[in-house]
Amino acid sequence: MIPIVYNVRSVRQRPVSTALTALGVGLVVAVFIGTLALANGFRHALVRTGSDRNVFVLRKGADAEMSSGLSRETASIISALPHIAAGPDGRPMVSPEVYVLVPLGRIQDTSKVTNVVARGVSDQAWIVRNNVQVVAGRRPVSGRAEVCVGQKLVARFPHTAVGDRLRFAGRDWEVVCHFTAGGSSFESEVWGENEQYMPVFRGEVFQSITFRLQDPATFEDVKRELEADRRVTVDVHRERDFYVQQSALLDRILRILAILITSIMAVGAIFGAVNTMYAAVSARAPEIAVLLTLGFKPRSVLASFLIESAVIAAIGGAVGCLIALPVNGIVTSTTNWASFSEVAFSFRITPKLLLDGMIFAVVMGVLGGFFPARRAAKLPVIEALR
Amino acid sequence: MKFLPLILSNLFRHKRRTMLTIASVALALFLFASLRTVVTTIGAYSEWGSARRLVTTNATGIVFSLPLAYANRLSAVRGVDAVSWANWFGGRYGDGKRFFANFAVDPESYLEMYPEIVLPPDQRAAWLREKASAVVGIRLLGVFGWRLGQDITLQGTIFPGDWTLTIRGVYTVSDPLINDDMLLFRHDYLDERIGRAGQAGWYVLKIANPEEAGQVGKAVDDMFRNSSSPTKTGTEQEFNASFATMWGNVGLLMNTIGLAVVFAILLVTANAMMMSARERTGEIAVLKTIGFTDRMLFTLTMLEAGAITLIGAVLGLGTAKALYKGTNFNAAGFLPGFDVTVSTLVTGLGIALVLMLASGLVPAMRAARLPVTQALRHVE
Repeated sequence: MIPIVYNVRSVRQRPVSTALTALGVGLVVAVFIGTLALANGFRHALVRTGSDRNVFVLRKGADAEMSSGLSRETASIISALPHIAAGPDGRPMVSPEVYVLVPLGRIQDTSKVTNVVARGVSDQAWIVRNNVQVVAGRRPVSGRAEVCVGQKLVARFPHTAVGDRLRFAGRDWEVVCHFTAGGSSFESEVWGENEQYMPVFRGEVFQSITFRLQDPATFEDVKRELEADRRVTVDVHRERDFYVQQSALLDRILRILAILITSIMAVGAIFGAVNTMYAAVSARAPEIAVLLTLGFKPRSVLASFLIESAVIAAIGGAVGCLIALPVNGIVTSTTNWASFSEVAFSFRITPKLLLDGMIFAVVMGVLGGFFPARRAAKLPVIEALR
Repeated sequence: MKFLPLILSNLFRHKRRTMLTIASVALALFLFASLRTVVTTIGAYSEWGSARRLVTTNATGIVFSLPLAYANRLSAVRGVDAVSWANWFGGRYGDGKRFFANFAVDPESYLEMYPEIVLPPDQRAAWLREKASAVVGIRLLGVFGWRLGQDITLQGTIFPGDWTLTIRGVYTVSDPLINDDMLLFRHDYLDERIGRAGQAGWYVLKIANPEEAGQVGKAVDDMFRNSSSPTKTGTEQEFNASFATMWGNVGLLMNTIGLAVVFAILLVTANAMMMSARERTGEIAVLKTIGFTDRMLFTLTMLEAGAITLIGAVLGLGTAKALYKGTNFNAAGFLPGFDVTVSTLVTGLGIALVLMLASGLVPAMRAARLPVTQALRHVE
């Protein structure tokens, strides 16, 4: 085995060239991490939206809340199910909800409108739905035209501060609170009371019903029972699965894009590494010949150059991680085409993603170093010694 | 020009390095062109729209419908020449994995409203004759391998049930920004099956004079202001622009990635140029001794860098242009009219020039300033 010190000293001989190569790899890794952090953030927001303990009911055949419709009768049949957990006040934890999209003007340019979800909930929703917490103000009072605005909407849309009046559906709504929901897509919604939303939107119809199970294991029984019930025509989903499936389309697109862009970039960076390593090998031909004469095996020479290339790339990878880190937590938004509504979410860099980035860098280094390293190992000794 | 052989032989000295560097530049510019085309396509869509068409939607939001009875009142508005209406159907075909837009439209008025949708007269007549029939875009026909006359079944998500429609027409488009990835069927059929609800998703108005767009829109909205379904009317362009903004910060994202790509490749080219120059220190000294001026050596090095970046740029940009044109790419219906624009090509060439300057400058200056006597000592 050739000592690593040899590589380190050699690398120091050509600092600029090495730095440029490493930085090239670093940028690829930064883009890799950045784009996947986007996909991660989006999926995370939707996964967090659902809970395993909750059951989510839509009209049969509806693939999103948008296209669903459930009658009051259906709601009362479901509310009477024995499997539903009881809340602190002893009432069943069930929330029949109205779901509509309303156009809101942007803060930068109020002529540009965005479709924002307005969700009409029952007062049980605040405990049924996942991680919902009022962070400013108080919950809307039943019977009043009051709304609670998701935290992610607050900075981006006008008239969303507590005490403001937000106008949609042809009337003013008093903003009485802001809420968070663990980073989930609920934070991009405007919540009001379902009984208030019904008359101004679609009339006597709910879009979804969510309830908490006493025992999550009974989900399959509940599903079978409800879907077989002649009085209702519904599809029953586990809440988490439903939201994961809602994110599937965009998540897939984002991931494919990320992989496509970074692999094209990676090929360019690998070419850079190949150039650098070939130059290194030819500049050090006499040294390599000496190593081979001293009795080092060609295999060791190959390994030595591969390691050198991998280490340069790994340094680049570390730099790439550092470049990418500041995007963590930046809030961006896009339309979730599966539900046609806007979802705000944060870039999300996980330790695993950083590790993937490092592995990616090392792979680039090894690929880029392989042919030059093989040439070094196969160097004709006598010729090189001249 | 007489130095062309010299530049060429310099380029070919390290064939592999030159090829790899050119390939990196080509890849970078291919990626740049692709990313920028996403932005320009969304931009083009948000600016597209006939000046003679207005779109009237429910003021409460795009997902709310308007009474079908508005049609007559709309056509009576001064300045309105024709009225058509449509409904988002949201049907799925097969496993639903391949998304496509499907609308219920009023066939006769819709085809007249959109002359960009080209349908052979006999197919048009067949569609008008048969209620449960549909026309599909030529691309969609290919995607699913459908044929004319075939019965296809959509599963309704908004309007439940199975909807079997006979394909009676295949349309092409005269404007690439109109989607040839849609299915259109008859609104009267939809209305009949859902029990004569008498609702339209939105109206499209053709106006006599584009300059009256503002007035006509206001007249329409005033007319319905105090009804149960107030309206919001804007030009087709505004309507499209509101969809384009739904993409969010895509532009910023694409541009940032594009910048990173270009910068990463800049490092690769700069590195390659520096390596070449360093290896040639002796040669440069010899050239200087036989009378090459500093300026000439500067130019030669720059031209070499320029040759690499420009060849790479032409390859990368050309591939992008040809690939998307040749495969008729439209991102599964999401980005109709996806085509690398001239401005993207020009910007790409500009980037190649910047790459040339940035990667060639240091080696070229070094070559020009090289002290001959000192360098000659290295010549073996």
